[in-house]
Amino acid sequence: MSSPSVEHRLANLRGWSGRSVAGVVLTLCVFFFAVPVVWLLLAVTKSAKALTVSNPFSIGSWHDLVANWHQLFAFSDGAVTTWIGNSAVYALGALVITLIVGIPAGYALALTEFKLRRALLVLTLVVMLIPNTALVLPIFLELNSVGLIGSPLSVILPMSFFPFGVYLTYIYFSTSIPRDLLAAARIDGCTEFQVFTRVALPLAAPIVALVAFFSFVQNWNNFFLPFVMLPSSDGYPIQVGLTSLLAATPAFNPSSAGSDSIQLPTLALATIVSILPVLIVFLFSQRFLVSGMTAGGTKE
Amino acid sequence: MTIAAPSDPLIAGAPERRRPAPGNGRAPGSTRIGYVFVSLYALLAVAFGVVPSLYAVLLAFTNGDGGFAGLGNFTKVVGDFRFWPAVLHVAVYLVIWLVMLVVLVVGLALLVHAIRLRWASTALRFVYYLPGALAGASSVLLWLFVLDPTASPVSGLLRAFGFDSFVAVIQPGHLPAIFAIIAFWTGAGGWIVIMYGALNNISTEVIEAAQVDGAGRVQIALRIQLPLLRKWIAYMGVMSLAAGTQLFVEPQLLSQASNAVVPNDYSLNQLAYQYAFQQNDFNGAAAISLILLVVALLLSWVFVTRGGLFERE
Repeated sequence: MSSPSVEHRLANLRGWSGRSVAGVVLTLCVFFFAVPVVWLLLAVTKSAKALTVSNPFSIGSWHDLVANWHQLFAFSDGAVTTWIGNSAVYALGALVITLIVGIPAGYALALTEFKLRRALLVLTLVVMLIPNTALVLPIFLELNSVGLIGSPLSVILPMSFFPFGVYLTYIYFSTSIPRDLLAAARIDGCTEFQVFTRVALPLAAPIVALVAFFSFVQNWNNFFLPFVMLPSSDGYPIQVGLTSLLAATPAFNPSSAGSDSIQLPTLALATIVSILPVLIVFLFSQRFLVSGMTAGGTKE
Repeated sequence: MTIAAPSDPLIAGAPERRRPAPGNGRAPGSTRIGYVFVSLYALLAVAFGVVPSLYAVLLAFTNGDGGFAGLGNFTKVVGDFRFWPAVLHVAVYLVIWLVMLVVLVVGLALLVHAIRLRWASTALRFVYYLPGALAGASSVLLWLFVLDPTASPVSGLLRAFGFDSFVAVIQPGHLPAIFAIIAFWTGAGGWIVIMYGALNNISTEVIEAAQVDGAGRVQIALRIQLPLLRKWIAYMGVMSLAAGTQLFVEPQLLSQASNAVVPNDYSLNQLAYQYAFQQNDFNGAAAISLILLVVALLLSWVFVTRGGLFERE
């Protein structure tokens, strides 16, 4: 793969020069990942004019932030509030069903024996690897034929099917729960159901939290599914609502200049508002995430 | 298997009946509870995994009146003048994105892992990971700003490259690279964290042994860490490849923001969407969806059978 001369040259990088090259690369990447976020946070404090004229990294004023806030929430008689509410209902509704359905399933796949177990496991793995969006149009066609399109259920139910969560739970129960403990509970007279609720479930609290986190973030950010399933603006989640805001921004859509038009800083504010719940969850769970994200696969 | 029903409270107190079987550690007679626990999940899996796939197959091979159409829908969509350009767009995007993803994610993970200062390594991972909170439409919207020289935080950089207007930036030739950059910006951090975790799992004894034998940092990275990461790199590659074939939200929003400088049938998924909702041709849409689904399934099948990541039975 690598000839001796290449390796020799690379080895020379080891010292001072190698270290500084590494430092430059890491720093450039920090800028690449952080600059858009920092800029976004500053943009919402500016007026439309200041955004294009002043230094991109200058701080605007509280007054402009408030003005942008009012413009955003006044759009279409408060449509943004409705969209955020919808997002919350869809994401949390799907989250609850995901947990009720998925955690026992992962447990059963790991620790009980039944005939279709292997088939269901293979199905889970395959569907888990299919990209989310690949099934959206087929699901639309299916739900269309049963007349569910436009109903909140057309978004909540497909999102509740979360094979990755079942897989995580399965891995956890098959590697991290001492089976003697479950056996002891049985000997002490627990029913199988009690073994699950009183012994296994409390021990699985970290994995339940992890599944909840992934489910929430994925549901909140889902675009294609609600975009296809919900024809009416009243039913949009905020991610789809952003397209309406974009369409009302003259800077990106000159034909939209009118009474209900949106300025660039307001659109930036909409972007922040649309991810705020996810951002908060992210910041609070960063530490446990880093350990959790790798827990699924690195235990051999 | 014993016949005792474990969920039956009447016999729940009979301990001698539920002594665990030696070996696999699964409770004897836990069959019924197993079925109960997976039933709802199985229902969802059938409703939103199996049935839609089968329904797409049915639609793809029938015409609007429900009659058998053979390969008619497939020849129609493949013969559509928009089909091959869309395939090409997605393919070029995938090549750029995957190369970028593999090279930079693995490189950055190795570099971050080599940092001795604990806080610096943690802070770097956090900064790289943060954009992951902005996914879907939000991240695309943010990048619309970044790519628009009138408002962009890097307008100087854009102008230095000769891009004076938004339309100049989003010329069709630039789109695959732009989509790759957006996808990399949102997705790379998560993978860096995963690779970092995998690197942490390499036993220090192996690394120390190599150091004793005189291997430098670079040699350790190339000869020990990289081979041990191979499975994870393959995992990342296949997951990203399968997800990338479904490109939709980026071109969709860019098309909307650019007054159709970017066509709204740029990617295959957009074309399928056009078939379903502009032309009212669900059979054609199903044919495209099926092609995309088969590609995704093939990729995951190759991965499940060859990758070995799920070999734990």
